[in-house]
Amino acid sequence: MAFPHRPDAPELPDFSMLKRLARDQLIYLLEQLPGKKDLFIEADLMSPLDRIANVSILKIVLLGQTPHQEYAIHCHFMHVRWCLRKRESMEEGDQRWINTVAQALHLLSTLYGPFPNCYGIGRCAKMAYELWRNLEEEEDGETKGRRPEIGHIFLLDRDVDFVTALCSQVVYEGLVDDTFRIKCGSVDFGPEVTSCDKSLKVLLNAEDKVFNEIRNEHFSNVFGFLSQKARNLQAQYDRRRGMDIKQMKNFVSQELKGLKQEHRLLSLHIGACESIMKKKTKQDFQELIKTEHALLEGFNIRESTSYIEEHIDRQVSPIESLRLMCLLSITENGLIPKDYRSLKTQYLQSYGPEHLLTFSNLRRAGLLTEQAPGDTLTAVESKVSKLVTDKAAGKITDAFSSLAKRSNFRAISKKLNLIPRVDGEYDLKVPRDMAYVFSGAYVPLSCRIIEQVLERRSWQGLDEVVRLLNCSDFAFTDMTKEDKASSESLRLILVVFLGGCTFSEISALRFLGREKGYRFIFLTTAVTNSARLMEAMSEVKA
Amino acid sequence: MNRTKGDEEEYWNSSKFKAFTFDDEDDELSQLKESKRAVNSLRDFVDDDDDDDLERVSWSGEPVGSISWSIKETAGNSGSSHEGREQLKSRNSFSSYAQLPKPTSTYSLSSFFRGRTRPGSFQSLSDALSDTPAKSYAPELGRPKGEYRDYSNDWSPSDTVRRLRKGKVCSLERFRSLQDKLQLLEEAVSMHDGNVITAVLIFLKRTLSKEILFRELEVRQVALRHLIHFLKEIGDQKLLLDLFRFLDRTEELALSHYREHLNIQDPDKRKEFLKTCIGLPFSAEDSAHIQDHYTLLERQIIIEANDRHLESAGQTEIFRKHPRKASILNMPLVTTLFYSCFYHYTEAEGTFSSPVNLKKTFKIPDKQYVLTALAARAKLRAWNDVDALFTTKNWLGYTKKRAPIGFHRVVEILHKNNAPVQILQEYVNLVEDVDTKLNLATKFKCHDVVIDQIRWKN
Repeated sequence: MAFPHRPDAPELPDFSMLKRLARDQLIYLLEQLPGKKDLFIEADLMSPLDRIANVSILKIVLLGQTPHQEYAIHCHFMHVRWCLRKRESMEEGDQRWINTVAQALHLLSTLYGPFPNCYGIGRCAKMAYELWRNLEEEEDGETKGRRPEIGHIFLLDRDVDFVTALCSQVVYEGLVDDTFRIKCGSVDFGPEVTSCDKSLKVLLNAEDKVFNEIRNEHFSNVFGFLSQKARNLQAQYDRRRGMDIKQMKNFVSQELKGLKQEHRLLSLHIGACESIMKKKTKQDFQELIKTEHALLEGFNIRESTSYIEEHIDRQVSPIESLRLMCLLSITENGLIPKDYRSLKTQYLQSYGPEHLLTFSNLRRAGLLTEQAPGDTLTAVESKVSKLVTDKAAGKITDAFSSLAKRSNFRAISKKLNLIPRVDGEYDLKVPRDMAYVFSGAYVPLSCRIIEQVLERRSWQGLDEVVRLLNCSDFAFTDMTKEDKASSESLRLILVVFLGGCTFSEISALRFLGREKGYRFIFLTTAVTNSARLMEAMSEVKA
Repeated sequence: MNRTKGDEEEYWNSSKFKAFTFDDEDDELSQLKESKRAVNSLRDFVDDDDDDDLERVSWSGEPVGSISWSIKETAGNSGSSHEGREQLKSRNSFSSYAQLPKPTSTYSLSSFFRGRTRPGSFQSLSDALSDTPAKSYAPELGRPKGEYRDYSNDWSPSDTVRRLRKGKVCSLERFRSLQDKLQLLEEAVSMHDGNVITAVLIFLKRTLSKEILFRELEVRQVALRHLIHFLKEIGDQKLLLDLFRFLDRTEELALSHYREHLNIQDPDKRKEFLKTCIGLPFSAEDSAHIQDHYTLLERQIIIEANDRHLESAGQTEIFRKHPRKASILNMPLVTTLFYSCFYHYTEAEGTFSSPVNLKKTFKIPDKQYVLTALAARAKLRAWNDVDALFTTKNWLGYTKKRAPIGFHRVVEILHKNNAPVQILQEYVNLVEDVDTKLNLATKFKCHDVVIDQIRWKN
């Protein structure tokens, strides 16, 4: 496999503690009300709840029927790398998750020691950080004297990098998420995958040995791996032919269980791959990826726009069409007015007039905008100064927010070398940089930022990039003098995504970790992908 | 980007794109198929033994012991919940995993949070906390008022806000003057916690007049955003619209009003509501879209009523051969056009259900029209109609085939609808680009075209 585990990778702190803590907290809550109780669990909560406490535990402690308790359960869960239940994304300036993140950080620093080095970028990142600092001050002395186990923490807003979230994923775990939707670490595989008439809910984590080996791989490597594994498995089973009774007995007691397990997992993942292949071929995935890459590179924009137009005309998929439009908009600093008008009209005609509201949501979020004539800094400034003499403060903020929403992707991409220059073919079997998660076409912006800041241990030299990201007021570092931090802990980095994180970013950062000898731990408000991002914005829920 | 056409050709043909494609079927897909065969051949052997140690999965596919599984199990039991609980207690189905000790009355989990070890307890925090000072991880609960020992009447705004953040009960009633209330709000905003901000706003909403509340929020953007978000969430449409009106956010006002139509199920009522949206302060383009929405629904109601009548009368062939699977109401325009091309293709422009009428009324571009008509007629295997779509007579009277969408697209759609090879061939021949032509011909097995092409090349 392309990614052998580094023998010198730093050890992770004991995170099973968090699971036990969450479970005990739940039981504690449930125990507060005496007597027999009924438990009412909202459907969305079942998966996260399953992660912590299963039926046998809940059977013992049953809950009274009060609305308060439901709310309490909702609020007190925090998992590292597991999804929190998310009703809204961080849209429209909704700050309700800020506190949850701050609490999570507080808990982590209490359990695992203070974080000597903190970095962050984004409005929410800054707010969460400040709130967390307040919490630490109030509960003074909790972390003093503890040895830091995690050396760095990086907070990052989703809206610092929408581009990555909008791209089609091609690493295995990302593809499974895009195709089947992974919820709280598990996925529902239908009969076409399980090869029988039942659906199966499968937990996808490191315990699934097959999954663990392929999860971060580019899809093109997955077949080779699976076929090798299948051949090995065949060979193992074939061994039983030449066995005598004693050997057979040994085989059955020692090896058979493991082989059966492997067989089951293998067949599931092969089924999943087949299903993915079928869907992608039907979707004309190759054309789609070509267009995405062209948009990322800033190449052949007219042709890409035509492709999107056709995509809409053919009524292929409302979410996909939207996603492509947003990608075009963000990479090109907004659509030209003619295109904006015509694509919007066609979208409404193809997918429904009520999507007028969807377009309004996307415009406000800065995901799908129109280039205004004279969209230069000076033009907007003069617009704004004129408004000061006019009415309502609201209008000024609108003008400012439209200014702030300029994405400057091309300039950033150039500065940070997000588009690798390759002579000949990009070798996906032995990737050389993080761009492999997008077939060599693009290094995820968020990951590049993290890479650069960690290298410099500061934002030094990145001022221009920060300014282009419209985060001049929202990029920060905070170093505490921590002589207790071991060199081991300094190789552990906790990355906090506010507003969602994709599997592609996780894979890319894992790659970076292997390259540099770091190990990344991920904390996020949710695992997201382009479909979920678009659905959150879409007015008409499917 | 400053690239030349030559560069672009090179770009599109570069090997970079060949690095990964789902179309490398010969190599990788067959690899996959082979693996699948290998794995499947082992299936018989594997399924021979019934291995209890594997993770147990129930009939519904849920892992045994998971909550969703247990819910399905209990649902499957008798209807009465009391009985169900009794049955659950006596069921032995949980025997496959360890029974946990039933807590006695003196059993208190809160002791775990104090970091003390308890005999026969869950393995939990005792180990983890052994080297840290005793700390309470107990979550805060909303308890009845009587139980608060530290309840006081005298907290400052910043203390109050801090209590709110911790989820503690806090009466805000003592903040009577406007000044106090605003200070409370300011504290909440500076704390960044959206829940606290919203809680304070709920209080202000209740205790301040609308005008004052709006006036004060107008200059407090963060709080304003939270209020708007909150009002949307609880569906307080009236106050939301008042707010937008006050702020002179005319466009948002119009959109919020329009959004309400989604809650109206009855088509006629919805149509009437949409009528009220026309003339609201939308942007010029959006106004046109709203008008179109109304017109579309109006048409759909007429078509639907008519067609339902025709269908039940049973005299119209097209409805007999292809009974409708769904109503046309609230479908997008393109879907409506497809429907119209399918069921009403030959109708004159004068009727509401004719495709030509739709095209004219909604100014549907040629491209879209031809694409949709093609799809509909191809589905019906009406090859003559397809032909007619592309045939035009030039001024000399000669017929010529033209398509605003590119003939390669036409070929694809025809193929998708299982057009006979002769038809496919005819359209493949019309594809201009030679390479595309050859590709399509090979893909769809139009041998004559392939032969011609090769002959031509040589």
